[in-house]
Amino acid sequence: MRALTWHGTHDVRVDTVDDPEIINPRDAILKITSTAICGSDLHLYDGVIPGVLPGDVLGHEFMGEVVETGSDSTLKKGQRVVVPFTIACGGCFHCNIKQYSACENSNPAEKQDMSATLYGHPMAGLFGYSHLTGGYSGGQAEYVRVPFSDVGPIVIPDHLEDDKVLFLSDILPTGWMGAENAEIEPDDTVAVWGCGPVGLFAIQSAIVMGASKVIAIDHYPHRLELAKQLGAEVIDFRKTDVREALMEMSGGIGCDAVIDAVGMEAHGFAIDNMLDIAKQKIGIGADRASALKQAILAVRPGGRVSIPGVYGGMTDKFPLGALMEKGLQVRTGQTHVQRYTKDLLEKIEDGMLDTTFLISHRLPLEDAARGYKNFREEQDSWTKVILKPGMEQEKAA
Amino acid sequence: MSNRNIGLAGTIAGVALAAGGAAFAGFLSQRRKGGDDDAPLYTRKQPGTDNAIVGRTVTIRKPRAELYKFWRDFQNLPQFMENVETIREEGGAHVWVIKAPAGQTVNVKTEVSQDRENEMIAWTSLDDSDIETNGEVSFEDAPGDRGTRVSLVMFYDAPAGELGRAIAKLFQREPQVQARHDLKRFKMLMETGEIATSAHTKDQTRKAKQQESGQ
Ligand SMILES: NC(=O)c1ccc[n+]([C@@H]2O[C@H](COP(=O)([O-])OP(=O)(O)OC[C@H]3O[C@@H](n4cnc5c(N)ncnc54)[C@H](O)[C@@H]3O)[C@@H](O)[C@H]2O)c1
Ligand SMILES: [Zn+2]
Ligand SMILES: [Zn+2]
Repeated sequence: MRALTWHGTHDVRVDTVDDPEIINPRDAILKITSTAICGSDLHLYDGVIPGVLPGDVLGHEFMGEVVETGSDSTLKKGQRVVVPFTIACGGCFHCNIKQYSACENSNPAEKQDMSATLYGHPMAGLFGYSHLTGGYSGGQAEYVRVPFSDVGPIVIPDHLEDDKVLFLSDILPTGWMGAENAEIEPDDTVAVWGCGPVGLFAIQSAIVMGASKVIAIDHYPHRLELAKQLGAEVIDFRKTDVREALMEMSGGIGCDAVIDAVGMEAHGFAIDNMLDIAKQKIGIGADRASALKQAILAVRPGGRVSIPGVYGGMTDKFPLGALMEKGLQVRTGQTHVQRYTKDLLEKIEDGMLDTTFLISHRLPLEDAARGYKNFREEQDSWTKVILKPGMEQEKAA
Repeated sequence: MSNRNIGLAGTIAGVALAAGGAAFAGFLSQRRKGGDDDAPLYTRKQPGTDNAIVGRTVTIRKPRAELYKFWRDFQNLPQFMENVETIREEGGAHVWVIKAPAGQTVNVKTEVSQDRENEMIAWTSLDDSDIETNGEVSFEDAPGDRGTRVSLVMFYDAPAGELGRAIAKLFQREPQVQARHDLKRFKMLMETGEIATSAHTKDQTRKAKQQESGQ
């Protein structure tokens, strides 16, 4: 089959690789109909996540048609399903308390040591996201093997087209959990850093959850415009002093909750951020956390800090004093996707949530490398790229 | 390398090359409380013994009885113990066929030295083995509905000389690492009915890889 494979920093290619096979009884094989490139994939593309090997198939946001099932799979051939990017067994302690992204059984035993050393505990398995999280082949491909297919995949009714439901695999639940972790109350002012897909869905979710005011921060005019259309007020961090503005816009109190939807590759020219960029380049594992640092200073005392943005290592000069002295609560994590899919599918069907506004480009799988390049370099206009394995090259949007 | 020379070395259970029965009995009684504090002996920075100790606990969301029953049937163990090819019964004892480097296998005979239903199983190698090995697995209710805490402790000491060197070579796979991985696989098998793998095709599976590296 054809699949997008990683070969090094800024080097991804569509190659011919082996077709996946059923290996365990609970497996299923999907024929991919749509798969997206995520901001998290850019961290792999930029080489800032360890444990990716040349030839690894990327992609953790995908959906498709069931073409083969293991003896214990509950799926049926021909069903259309969306698959959570977090692989979860459904039977361990963490799955039982619905903390699916902490599943103890989905990362193969021999792959758990690296993340256990880094973080004190092994990570769960994730699709197409380095050998730290299992080394599973991803879904930016024609076919994919889905373990524990009786737990994760959600069956999609025929009348909902791919574009409406694909993001149930990751960014829609991620934005939702980002807002849920901010514990939003009706009178709250909530600030969201980053108007990428995750930030935009967090904004949409915060509004659905009843925040009185949502303020979005980014520097790309088109992305800020999308945030505005969702109902947010916006701040361009290149033009405005963000903390000053947030204090004023929240009546001098500060934001009740802040959401970091930027992650470890924050933009900006603050001196510590430039230092962190340099460290990241020479590979000493420093995360750039300038958005998070700003958020911690901007949130009011006793406020909530939600971090859907991904971090992988250490960071320097973290405002620990502000965290403690202001009595902040912090919530973060890879999304417990399985916890949200059913509910969010209903909200999509009811028209409460729309996901299609985000899609800027649809490309054939063969053009995936171009998709990565532009999603990274033309962030303003390339807001979300969907790859379609079946699509002919000339029909590309 | 003779069949009798290499103990359970290189297996999770097998790693135990014990110093001797007396030391082991003392060790077992101390297992839960190694010193002045309440931590298990094997977590001490200096266990105060000449022998290497491997210990590990996992919580498995299954009843004690079910886990005990599975483990008590030693022939089940190779399903999750990577280095153990087979375990067969022979006149009340168990003969373990263990993979060794360069495609070799070694056999070790053990007998169950203690057996308390749904609580613990201990095994020790028989006198006619050149190497004495000891291991114990115990099953304890976890709080609430968390299932069972399964602890595996082993005791081993590589003998001196040529044999010691051969065993050291076998131990390149690091018994702690092996024990950890094997217990994780036991947990996977019990909780999910299968052992997680990121293999993409059948011939990439763990078994296939193992056979290759055993050549
Ligand atoms: N927790 C999870 O499970 C999960 C799931 C998916 C994605 N993520 C993470 O969420 C983050 C965002 O993902 P995305 O797909 O939206 O990525 P993206 O790269 O498309 O968007 C990031 C946005 O942040 C903006 N930004 C950069 N620096 C900023 C700053 N200092 N202040 C304000 N805005 C700034 C960028 O201009 C960009 O628009 C990534 O770190 C991604 O890995 C987490
Ligand atoms: Zn994603
Ligand atoms: Zn689980």
